[in-house]
Amino acid sequence: MGQKSSGILTAVKKVRGGVRVSHNKNTANLETVRIPTPSKVVIPMRMHIGAPCAPAVNVGDIVSVGQIVGDSTAFVSAPIHATVSGKVTAVGQVELPDGNISKAVTIESDGEMRLFDGIEPPKVETREDFLKAVRNSGLVGLGGAGFPTHVKLGFPQGKIDTLVVNAAECEPYITVDYRECIENSWDILSSIKAIKELLDIPNVIIAIENNKPDAIEVLSSIASAEEEGVDEIKVMTLSSRYPQGAEKIMIQSATGRRVPPGGLPSDVGCVVMNVCSVAFIARYLKTGKPLVSRSLTVDGSAVSEPKNIRAPIGTNIGGIFDFCGGFKEEPKKIITGGPMMGLAVIGTDLPILKQNNALLAFTEKDMLKGERDCIRCGRCAFVCPFSLQPTVVEALIKADDIEALKASGASICMECGSCSYSCPAGKPLVQTMRLAKYILKEAGDKNER
Amino acid sequence: MIKMSDERILTASASPHIKSPATTSRIMLDVIIALIPALAAGVIIFGPRVLAVTAVTIAASVVSEHLSRKVMKRHNTLGDFSAVVTGLILAFNLPSTIPLWMAAFGSVIAIVVAKQMFGGIGQNFVNPAILARIVLMVSFPAAMLSSWENAFAWRGGGIDAVSSATPLAALGGTGGAPSLFQMFFARSGCIGEACAFALILGGLYLMAKRVILPVIPVCFIGTVAVFMFIYGAVSQKDALSFTLYHLLGGGLLFGAFFMATDYTTSPLSIKGKIIFAVGCGLITSVIRVFGNMTEGVSFSIILMNILVPHIDNMTAPTPFGVVKEKRRKRKKQSAEDACEKEVAST
Repeated sequence: MGQKSSGILTAVKKVRGGVRVSHNKNTANLETVRIPTPSKVVIPMRMHIGAPCAPAVNVGDIVSVGQIVGDSTAFVSAPIHATVSGKVTAVGQVELPDGNISKAVTIESDGEMRLFDGIEPPKVETREDFLKAVRNSGLVGLGGAGFPTHVKLGFPQGKIDTLVVNAAECEPYITVDYRECIENSWDILSSIKAIKELLDIPNVIIAIENNKPDAIEVLSSIASAEEEGVDEIKVMTLSSRYPQGAEKIMIQSATGRRVPPGGLPSDVGCVVMNVCSVAFIARYLKTGKPLVSRSLTVDGSAVSEPKNIRAPIGTNIGGIFDFCGGFKEEPKKIITGGPMMGLAVIGTDLPILKQNNALLAFTEKDMLKGERDCIRCGRCAFVCPFSLQPTVVEALIKADDIEALKASGASICMECGSCSYSCPAGKPLVQTMRLAKYILKEAGDKNER
Repeated sequence: MIKMSDERILTASASPHIKSPATTSRIMLDVIIALIPALAAGVIIFGPRVLAVTAVTIAASVVSEHLSRKVMKRHNTLGDFSAVVTGLILAFNLPSTIPLWMAAFGSVIAIVVAKQMFGGIGQNFVNPAILARIVLMVSFPAAMLSSWENAFAWRGGGIDAVSSATPLAALGGTGGAPSLFQMFFARSGCIGEACAFALILGGLYLMAKRVILPVIPVCFIGTVAVFMFIYGAVSQKDALSFTLYHLLGGGLLFGAFFMATDYTTSPLSIKGKIIFAVGCGLITSVIRVFGNMTEGVSFSIILMNILVPHIDNMTAPTPFGVVKEKRRKRKKQSAEDACEKEVAST
């Protein structure tokens, strides 16, 4: 393992490909501000990977912050809580940023933000207690994927030897993970200790890109603050090259292990958690207050006053932009998440979800130009962190050659966007890869091992 | 403060939502910039007729591209400047004395036959300029081969106006070869290959701009160097200067920097590029040493161009996490060994 004199690790294995993106971390020095309580929140019942929740309240019910409004009996799911106190005015449907329709609970706020009576710190002594508590907290992966955390952590005891805390934040613009490191570093430490002890994970690596020296300093000071002086928590710096924060890439950087196609991090003894998710667990264990709000970076060329904000989940996107001074120029594209992997939405009348970490609005001049013919320059293949060849995949789709498509490995694509980003012809290669994945799925083959 | 009405439909498109500044036309523009030093050197060495030849090949290329796209009812692609690059590279492959109509004919072959008939940019299976050069060479050997102008002959004076042999031919013959200094800065030959210094400058520019990777030029030139040095040593010549003459002579530098690196007709992966470039170097050397034709570089590139699809198939990279059969066996073996050791130790 490459060790620097300061005790900070560097990546074990240099990762292939990737692109240099301009970081645009304009909001890095802006402290997270809580937005005023919105008059209304729309809480979708599907904010995680897995089974959607069923509404657990009826129109007219009076609810308070932290009260369960949706739950499911399915294992892969996470309960959903009221994020403001007030009256349930509708249990209907809402369109999600990805265009899907979900059931949703609308709460009209009374402006008081009363906490639910039943909220108290959970009693956690065993592994089972801990997993139950994590489930009850409603936590899902806050880095963007929204995978229920209790499922991720519910691995058989002893299967995992390394916890990787992901603070890479390789997407441009977004600074919420960075702010979490700076503002709530002790939460991160106490949570790591809890996870380490209760789930019996010997090694912990906090991975962060080297363009955030302040955060690296803070994290290494907490890592070395552990009483017994056991250096089982390590900070690892990564080169600031997109996509260092991708799960499989991060595992390779931290341990040199490669997750097999179709496999999970646990197959190679690792679990990766976003730093905001980690910090949240500490707060939940301390207070028992479930996941009801989240921090977001609001930025982009169309936004008047870029900010880091904390908003109740279900707050209207348009309302958040209003809080940030509205638009200084007419927005042409609004993205939930980062510009590399985020989702472009069609309007502002949408709620923010648990897993959203940014809201970006861009003007006309940031729009992408049209597509031209491929010049076979090979940049897409050169930058692919997974050694795929998008231009070849495109040809195979046109040729309808399923067998060759299977062999091309297209199904492992994580849609990081490095190929499209670097394509001089402006081809939407991520879309091509998605099509390939869809075709392979249709062909009843997930290319497992 | 601008407010948005809820009905307004925003642009919804697949991620990513940002793009690198690289565009096709920017890349082609960089190639054109990289070719300018060699063009300027050509004008200084062979006189203003170079400009006429270059203007004709570029104009003919652009017109052929435009007309063929129109006839084939395909969208206009003049904006990507690739036709200009093809015209420029073709001009560099011609002697300055070539009749202008032949130069124009060459452009038509390059654009219509080699490029557009196979689908246009990114689809041609051989380098258009090289195909045109070979067609001209075979059709008009007199104009293409025996009219090399000596460097600076256009200024008159006491120098012979027309030499009958290229430097490499002279090297094989009874002497009269130019000095290495001349070989590096100004020698007779095609328009684009006369000044090695200008070509290296252009090549370095392309690498600095990351338009091309150094792998193809380095492997191509390196292979020729190794081959020639060994051959020179074996045949009891002054191996070092023999090698240097071969590196600076003919179209090697121009071919290695500007033609073998053509995106469309070179392999995608680094491994593939190495195989391709070493192949080019070997074929060039063999033709130069054992062949009769002067076409070492262009034949080698065009032959390797044809092999590119196969090289690409052979060298497709292994997707992330996929364990190759062999390695998997080895891993299994080592795991078993470890097990045995453990059993033995207990």
